[in-house]
Amino acid sequence: MTNENRKKRKLTIAKAMSEALAQEMRRDKNVFVMGEDVGALGGVFGTTQGLLDEFGKNRVRDTPISETAFIGAAVGAATMGMRPVVELMFVDFFGVCMDAIYNLAAKNAYFSGGHQPAPMVLMTSVGGGYSDAGQHSQCLYGTFAHLPGMKVVIPSNAYDAKGLMVSAIRDNNPVIFMFHKNLQGMGWLGTVKGSIVDVPEDSYTVPLGKAEIVREGEDVTLVGLGATVHQALDAAGELEKDGVSAEVIDLRSLVPLDRETVLNSVKKTGRLVVVDDDYQSYGVSGEIIATVVEQGVDFIKAAPKRVAYPDVPVPFSRPMEQHCLPNASKIRAAAQACF
Amino acid sequence: MKPDASVQKWMYETMVKSRQFEEKTAAVYLEGKQPLFNMANGPIPGEMHLSNGQEPVAVGVCAHLRPEDAVTATHRPHHIAIAKGVNFQAMTDEIFGKKSGLSGGRGGHMHLFDAAVNFVCSGIIAEGMGPAVGVALARQMRDEEGIAVAFIGEGAANQGAFHEAMNLAAVWKLPFVCVIEDNSWGISVAKRDATSVPRNDVRAAGYGIPGEYVEGNDPLKIYEAAGRAIARARAGEGPSLLEVETYRLAGHFMGDAEEYRTAEEKKSLEANDPIPKMRARLIEEAIITAEAADDIGIRMMAEVQEAFGRAASARYPAPEEALEKVFV
Repeated sequence: MTNENRKKRKLTIAKAMSEALAQEMRRDKNVFVMGEDVGALGGVFGTTQGLLDEFGKNRVRDTPISETAFIGAAVGAATMGMRPVVELMFVDFFGVCMDAIYNLAAKNAYFSGGHQPAPMVLMTSVGGGYSDAGQHSQCLYGTFAHLPGMKVVIPSNAYDAKGLMVSAIRDNNPVIFMFHKNLQGMGWLGTVKGSIVDVPEDSYTVPLGKAEIVREGEDVTLVGLGATVHQALDAAGELEKDGVSAEVIDLRSLVPLDRETVLNSVKKTGRLVVVDDDYQSYGVSGEIIATVVEQGVDFIKAAPKRVAYPDVPVPFSRPMEQHCLPNASKIRAAAQACF
Repeated sequence: MKPDASVQKWMYETMVKSRQFEEKTAAVYLEGKQPLFNMANGPIPGEMHLSNGQEPVAVGVCAHLRPEDAVTATHRPHHIAIAKGVNFQAMTDEIFGKKSGLSGGRGGHMHLFDAAVNFVCSGIIAEGMGPAVGVALARQMRDEEGIAVAFIGEGAANQGAFHEAMNLAAVWKLPFVCVIEDNSWGISVAKRDATSVPRNDVRAAGYGIPGEYVEGNDPLKIYEAAGRAIARARAGEGPSLLEVETYRLAGHFMGDAEEYRTAEEKKSLEANDPIPKMRARLIEEAIITAEAADDIGIRMMAEVQEAFGRAASARYPAPEEALEKVFV
């Protein structure tokens, strides 16, 4: 923001998302919200706080637990020129209505030859680490990024959350907006402090498809998204003590994917560690490494490494889950192994 | 309320056009696929689901619809598309996979999208329920004219999407009508073996809305029942469920050996073909003459021939156009 004297205020991702929604709903009467518990409760993860009071039940709609129906309905409403923002609490639940997501929303533009796109946002929570077991802790980034026709974003902090949400609502395509539970700022979930940052009151956009270098470095590139960005930053701090200068990239968007920023960084550092709290195989970490190998193999001084969730369902018991999740020390070790 | 003579003529003409379209499609579809059937060969590749016999449903319902009313149709969409006024040439071009098709060849016969008349269809069973309900929601929220109609098959009434969407439409009192085309067969499985009630209209009670079953594959009876449901939707009284007895004269798809159907059933279906029946009635009631009916047949045949001729000679998209229109 241009006003240097602006009073700084720190927001959680949840508050930043609901503020973006409110501002867009004021700006455009076609924007409306529906989903389970988005009304009086304000969203299980706080994403729709205060909206019911300001906009009423017509534009902030609690739905039955009928995801196939209301996500399908969002597609129909979107093709009529409305801009639905739909919440389906946990990405783990997407299976019950996968058809409405990848056959309907994601294919509408293509099957209509571009004449009837579905400009909608599907918000959902991702991530584990708090012993909620395998049906409430998955990330599934790769699953949705793999299926063409949907944009996929995941903010690591409140500033990006607000700007990405505004961009997502204004985009003419379906956007899956993933928010990580560990960053959300809900009292009942531990929240990584780095996600709570200064957020301007005015409306602004963060472009979809642009990664950000959140820490500059010379010796190794650490690529993360959502919560793993913070783990990578912690690891970078530790690596500095080892005399290693790590650059940290926050992908922010999986579709479109900013391959250029990653390639440029690896060109500089020659080393790459990708951190992903989604399942390792066939996922984001493989995609990033493949990009670097395909387009920048000459830059690489050491075999790229990945720190990702192993290919097992997320266990309930704390020691087992913590064993599986990425963390700063695993990232530090992976980075050191590149030298 | 019985449709007036001009509407009845439109209904007959549209049924004939649809039939001519399907017969021409069947003939062209088989080109290049003989003697050894290979679905990928010929000028119209892929699966092909013909709607011969189901024309009364399309005209009985669509006679009430305006361009702003939205329709979602099934994988067997041609009769409904034609009755809804989908661009006929662009639709024909699309099933040939041509650049001038509705989506430039990206959708094919199961994915006909025409924004100008608010028509879409889908290859997935019951998938149109949600989008139709969403269109109805948009109309209601913006206080705009226009309703939405989802056409599904009787097999689709056992899908979760059907139940969820019906409940949502009912609880939000949306301007929506679900029309179930009961042709008694879900591919090869009989309705009686797949559905716990003989008639799906009784399921309307589960959503607290009116339900009606129409017997006889009769365009006039369908017109009247659809008129009641659509009037309710337009009046803001909420959704209705309409199940309509119909039948497909062809198999589920081109190439279907139809071993699940008896020869007697096939014969009785042909004897009950709704198009000659309507023709006889219109002549008997002096709505049209035999000559006029013949003339309709000739005119519709000519329209279909013309569309197919143009589609056959239209150019294919460049292969790399496949990469466009994923996002807009």
